[in-house]
This record gives sequence, C-alpha cells and structure tokens, in this order.
Amino acid sequence: MPELIEESMVVLDLAADDKDAAVRVLAERLAAAGRVTDVEQFLADVRAREQVMATGLEGGIGIPHARSIAVTAASLAFGRSPARVDFGASDGPADLIFLIAAPAEGGAEHMTILASLARRLVHGSFRESLRSLSGAAEVAALINREVGA
Amino acid sequence: MRIVAVTSCPTGIAHTYMAAEALEEAARAAGDTIEVETQGAAGMTKLAADTIAAADVVVLAADVEVRERERFSGKPTVEVAVSTAINSAAAVLEEARSKMASSVPAEPAPRSATPPVTPLAAAGFGSRLRQWLMTGVSYMIPFVAAGGILIAVSFIIAGPQVAMAVNGGVFHGVHYPGATSITAIYHTAGIGGVLFEIGGIAFSMLVPILAGFIAYGMADRQGLVPGVIGGLIAVDVHAGFLGGIIAGLLAGAVVRLILKVPVPRVISGMMPIVVVPLISATVVGVLMLLVIGNPVSFVMTEITNWLNGLSGANAIGLGALLGLMMAFDMGGPVNKVAYTFAVAGLASGGIGGQKVMAAVMAAGMVPPLALALATVLRRGLFSDAERKAGEAAWLLGASFITEGAIPFAAADPLRVIPSIMAGSAVTGALSMAFAASSPAPHGGIWVVGLLGHWPLWILSIAAGTVVGSACVIALKSLRRSVPAPAPVVSLQEVANA
Repeated sequence: MPELIEESMVVLDLAADDKDAAVRVLAERLAAAGRVTDVEQFLADVRAREQVMATGLEGGIGIPHARSIAVTAASLAFGRSPARVDFGASDGPADLIFLIAAPAEGGAEHMTILASLARRLVHGSFRESLRSLSGAAEVAALINREVGA
Repeated sequence: MRIVAVTSCPTGIAHTYMAAEALEEAARAAGDTIEVETQGAAGMTKLAADTIAAADVVVLAADVEVRERERFSGKPTVEVAVSTAINSAAAVLEEARSKMASSVPAEPAPRSATPPVTPLAAAGFGSRLRQWLMTGVSYMIPFVAAGGILIAVSFIIAGPQVAMAVNGGVFHGVHYPGATSITAIYHTAGIGGVLFEIGGIAFSMLVPILAGFIAYGMADRQGLVPGVIGGLIAVDVHAGFLGGIIAGLLAGAVVRLILKVPVPRVISGMMPIVVVPLISATVVGVLMLLVIGNPVSFVMTEITNWLNGLSGANAIGLGALLGLMMAFDMGGPVNKVAYTFAVAGLASGGIGGQKVMAAVMAAGMVPPLALALATVLRRGLFSDAERKAGEAAWLLGASFITEGAIPFAAADPLRVIPSIMAGSAVTGALSMAFAASSPAPHGGIWVVGLLGHWPLWILSIAAGTVVGSACVIALKSLRRSVPAPAPVVSLQEVANA
C-alpha cells in the first residue's frame, strides 16, 4: 500500500472561491498521483457526503471525504488556504483542508490508516505544525510519520 | 467517572475517529476513564458487556443510528452530534457528569428489592437478565405486529372460517378440505387465506427469533445459531415462548462458556465460523430435545387429563380456570390446552361447548387489551418499545391474538403474567356466568355477530381488561416507589468511587 500522502498531493497556497473549487484542485492532485481513477465520480461522491452534513470543524478545519469506487488506495490531499474556504463550520471558514479518499472496497489496513489520520487531526499541536511548515515535502513527511506512529 | 461512548458518522472514515480521540483526550484531561467504540469503516471492536455494566454514564456521539443501542438501556445517556463531540468534548463530558448525578436515583430500585447480602452482584445480574430478555423481545416485536395484524385482517376479509379454509376442518357444520399445498391457498381460501398463511408463518418465527436474540444479547453473534435452533426445538416440543426463553438463555450461557476455553491460535480463526456454532448447537439441541422436551410434554399431557376430568365442575370456576390458563403463557402449551379443550367441546356440539368457547376466546383477548390499556393510562411505567407494542396490542387483543401480550410478559414476567391471569380469570368467569356462547373457534371481536349474549360477553371482556390493567399498573408502580432510602446509599457509593 502506498504512503498516505505524497509531496505532489500537498497544495500550500490553495486558492479557491468555494469548497467545490477547493476540493476539485485537491482531487486533481490525487488523480495525477494515480490515487483517483475518475475525478468526476470521486467529486460526485464527495459532494454527496457534504450534502449529508457539512464537514467543517471548529478551529479552521475542513475534511471533505468519501468512500468511492474511483479511489485506488487510502489517500490524503492536503491544502493550506490563506484566504480560507467555507466548509460550514460554526466558527467560520477553514484554512486547513484535508481531502480524504477511501477506496469503496478498501480492506482493513486502508481504513485503519484513515482512522489514525482522523485521530491526529484532533490534536492542536498537529494542526499548528501543518500551519507552520514551509515546504510540501516536509508537510507530507510529517503527516506520514504521525499517521504511521 | 467511568464512561462508555459510541461514535458514529455517515461515512465512517473521519468524524467517527476524531470524536473518539477528542473524547479520550478530554477524559484524560478531566481524570475520567473512558472506553470508546468506534462504529466506523475500520471495523468495530465492541465494548465488553462488563465494561458497559460498570460504566456510570453513556455518551453517544452519532449522526447515524447507533448499532445495538439496547446494550445501554437503563444507563444515564448523553446524546450529541458527532461534530459536537469533536469541537467541545470537554463540555460533552460535563453534561455527562451532571446527567450521571441527576439520574442516580433512577436505577437502584432492583438493588434494594433484593436482600442486602450481595446487593451489587444481585442487581447486576437482574438488570443484565432484563437486558437480555429485552434484546430478544425488541427483535421479536415486529414479527408479532406483522403476523398478528395479517391474521386479524384475514379474519376481517374472509370471516371466522378462514383458519379452516386454509388448514382444513369442520366449521358450522361445513367441511373444509383445506389447501393441498401452500401454493394452492389462494384458490382454496382466497386472499384472506393467503394473508392468514403469511401471518401464521410470521408467528412461527416468534419463538426462534426470541430465543436467538436473547442468546445474541448474551453472547453476541455467536449466540444466534444455538439460540435460533433451540427456539425451533422449543416450538417442536410444544414448549412455547417460555421454552424459547429457556432455549435462548441456555444458548447464550453455552456460548459464553465455550468462549472461556483457551484455544491454540490455529483453531481460534475457525472458532466463530465452525467450532462455536457446531458445539453450541449440539449442546443446546441435545438439552432441549432430551432434557427439557420430555418434562414439558409430560406436563402438557397431565394438564389435558386433569382438565378433561374437571369439565363437570362448577361452570364459573371452570371459566376462571380456563382464563388463568389462557393468560398463563399467551399462546404457549398451557394456553393451547385450554383452547384445544374449548374447540373440542365446540366440535362435540351443544350449547355447553359454545359457552366454554366464548369464555376461552374472551379470556384470550384480555391480556393484550389489558396491557394496551395500561400503556395508555400510565405511559411512564413502560419502555418506548413496550408503548409501541401497546399500540399494536389493541388490534391483536380485539382479534383474539393473545400473543400480543408476549413482549410485555417476556420483559417483566413476574409482574405481567399474574396480572393478566387475574384479568383473564375474571373475564372467563363472567362470560360463563353470563352464559355467553360462541359457535366460532376464533376471530375475536370480528365474529361478535355470531355470539349469543354478545353485549354481556363484551362486558366480561371490558371487566377483565380493567382488572388486568389495574394489576399491572399496581405491581409495576410498587417496584418504582418502594426504594425511598436507596438514593442516599448510591450517592455515597458514587462519592467513595
């Protein structure tokens, strides 16, 4: 199984008007890395999940996500948006955006690594590190290290 | 504070785990202990039954239905959206703390009702037993409702002779050949017959489902196979729903014992699929067939002989006795003995048999009606599931489907069964005293036009319904109001903990 995130799946200056545009930018990075086979299918699945309930969380976090048949392996695309994008959190728009892609038929190891990622997202220190790191490679390395730990 | 929590979200890959982490962090910070069951896509490790039993409070952080939430019934519970648990876990735990403090007096009723020798252990087993029974009952209720209403509708459509039209027999001097096969029912008995058959099939699942899910409540999925098989055997040996309860408890206990035996790793993978089902089904099946089956059929034979010898006795006493029997096990063997006795009397002709039939039918209608009335009069004494069963029980009772009372009796047999026996005895005695008579073997209120002295017959049903309902309310209220000093004890325990 490939690592959760690669350098190419990190966008440090994500510019997008709304969450659909932000998710599309990140989804295309996943497609370019071979993690998503059909961007439109995947985007439709993410939108369906967003419609059930907004995925924005307090503290500037957006975690759009879906299980989709267009996903080949558990993957994360990470975007940092200084201009912020609204994901429906009660305290305002998000500057840290985590697009989580889970394979529809994913085995336990895929789901376990995503569960581990979700648990890390709760921690303030993890969020602060993601805000302060300056390079995409460092961000990817930090996430993979934290999730593997 | 000891907390158990369940987290659950629509996709099961993100919020479920974030909420779990947030709650665990907040509990650590507050010095509480917590165990979280994440009902997400990464598979779920279920909370151990002991852990749930020991918990002070339950936190459900879920945007979708919590699986198997009946495990937590009776515990103080805080329910929040999953995002609330992520964003403000500490506040959720504070709410749990106040919920726990305010609901302490609610639970200890059974504790003080038992002798003070080992009060904690006794209360633990009593409430667990009730939870196991409630698990079985909650899965059985939909079968009761679907089957009972189908049968009632079939009587409305096709009249009281529908049972004979499907199964064959003599009714009102007319001989019905019955359907030659299940696919021929529509041609033989029409759409009413078809509905009657479907309802009957749903009813045939009551005891297996009850037994299977009692065992499921005790031993989880592993309990299902021996429980269902034990329940089917209980039906075959005419042990009725009481036999089903025995089978379910037996199956759950057997599986729990098997799981205690340490096994080598090579075998452990095969345990849930082959080893446990095979051994538990064998043990439960052998016990049900060889140990429990014979005494039950012996008791049945004895009761039948005794009843036949008694038929010359005082009519009112006979009516009261048949009433007691109709309510005793609600469609089980004793009920069937009384019913068969009445139908046999009907077949022999003469007004005497018709009077017994009317008394038996009226008495059989009372248990569901009495409980339905009780759920309306005193809602607070019943669980949500019971109140829903109460709504269905009106129609079931009116249709002479005594089984409508089973959900209540299975959950609280010691209070419910004596109460409905009292109500049915009153009805049986009155119906005999009023000399009401019925030429129809079944049909309840839908065949009232066929009955002799039918206004008095209805009066006898109403009287028994009121008596049964009053008894249930009195017995259940007694339990709630007795333990006045108990909260003090419990608060001290909490303070010491």
